[in-house]
Amino acid sequence: MNCEEIEKNLVAYLDIKAQPSERRQVETHLSECAACRERAEGFRLVWGLLDELPMVSPSPAFDAGVRARVAQEPRAGLWTWAVPSPRLALAGFALVMLSLWLSSFPPARQPVVAVTAQAQGSEAEFRMIKDLPVLEDFDVLANFDALSDLPVAPQAMPERSDQPQM
Amino acid sequence: MARSDVQLMLDVKAGDDSSFELLLRKYRTPLVNFLYRMVRNSATAEDLAQEVFLRVYRARKDYAPSAKFTTWMFRIATNLALNSRRDGRYQQLEVSIDQPADAGETEQPAFEIPDRQPGIERELIARDRAARIRQAVESLPEKQRAAVLLHKYQEMDYDEIARILQCSESALKSLLFRAYETLRVELAPLAEARPARPSMPVQPKAER
Repeated sequence: MNCEEIEKNLVAYLDIKAQPSERRQVETHLSECAACRERAEGFRLVWGLLDELPMVSPSPAFDAGVRARVAQEPRAGLWTWAVPSPRLALAGFALVMLSLWLSSFPPARQPVVAVTAQAQGSEAEFRMIKDLPVLEDFDVLANFDALSDLPVAPQAMPERSDQPQM
Repeated sequence: MARSDVQLMLDVKAGDDSSFELLLRKYRTPLVNFLYRMVRNSATAEDLAQEVFLRVYRARKDYAPSAKFTTWMFRIATNLALNSRRDGRYQQLEVSIDQPADAGETEQPAFEIPDRQPGIERELIARDRAARIRQAVESLPEKQRAAVLLHKYQEMDYDEIARILQCSESALKSLLFRAYETLRVELAPLAEARPARPSMPVQPKAER
């Protein structure tokens, strides 16, 4: 052990908390190094000096201050979870009032319905245009004479959507 | 049989406020002393110590005894002290220890336990020495100061201090070495002129 390595071991050695092997290494080094020996003695003196610092005591009002702060903390009771916070209650009330106020305007609903109907009409028209080739094929097939020679199916005609697969 | 700190805290968690009162009585003085040396102002130290107890109380519901109670509590205290120094909240309240030692120590803190020296001269000498020691400690970098306070005054183990300061045990030992080396140099004149009868029992820590 050298002077640098003793940095991590000297305090533990003086505390009598060093491992036996570390302790022997420190003792060997101290017996050879006057500077570290002086340092070790200096540390002991410092610890003695630190004992001269007077202790301070909390003021008489200290405990009362802690109790006052603790008393301001919310207590968890049986029904605490069910009691809404003031902010939450205010937000809920505001939401209800806003809903009531909006529901007091019935004419505002008509344009919505008209727009919806228009949208539905456009959608049906688009679907019909999309299915136009199928409808045309169905007309051709329905008027095709060769089909009349076929034996009549025991049940009703199959669904239209199955036929264009031919 | 006295309950352990962990058991007391578990009782607080279960709703027993009298256990919190026991923890308060047990740790108010060590905490105030530690914080007083950290923030260098008695009013701030008390305010922060009260905050530590409040945070301990607030955390009771989630408390799990994964570490020693003192490790947890002093970690809160250390963080509060370091943050209070950084955010400058208490800067204006601070009694300047950066002043020359003689200037800052003429006024004794209101709640400091007085020395029971027989003579006024001896008392003045003791105060002067205490002022210089205090200034040397308070001039240490924050982390070194916290390490010294926890090691010397709270007599904590290295692993506990390392947890509080969030460093390795090896780094802590180096930190303590550097801190005591600084103090050794700074306080060398006092060490050479030690009083024949010190004001308080002086015993090398190694001999305890």
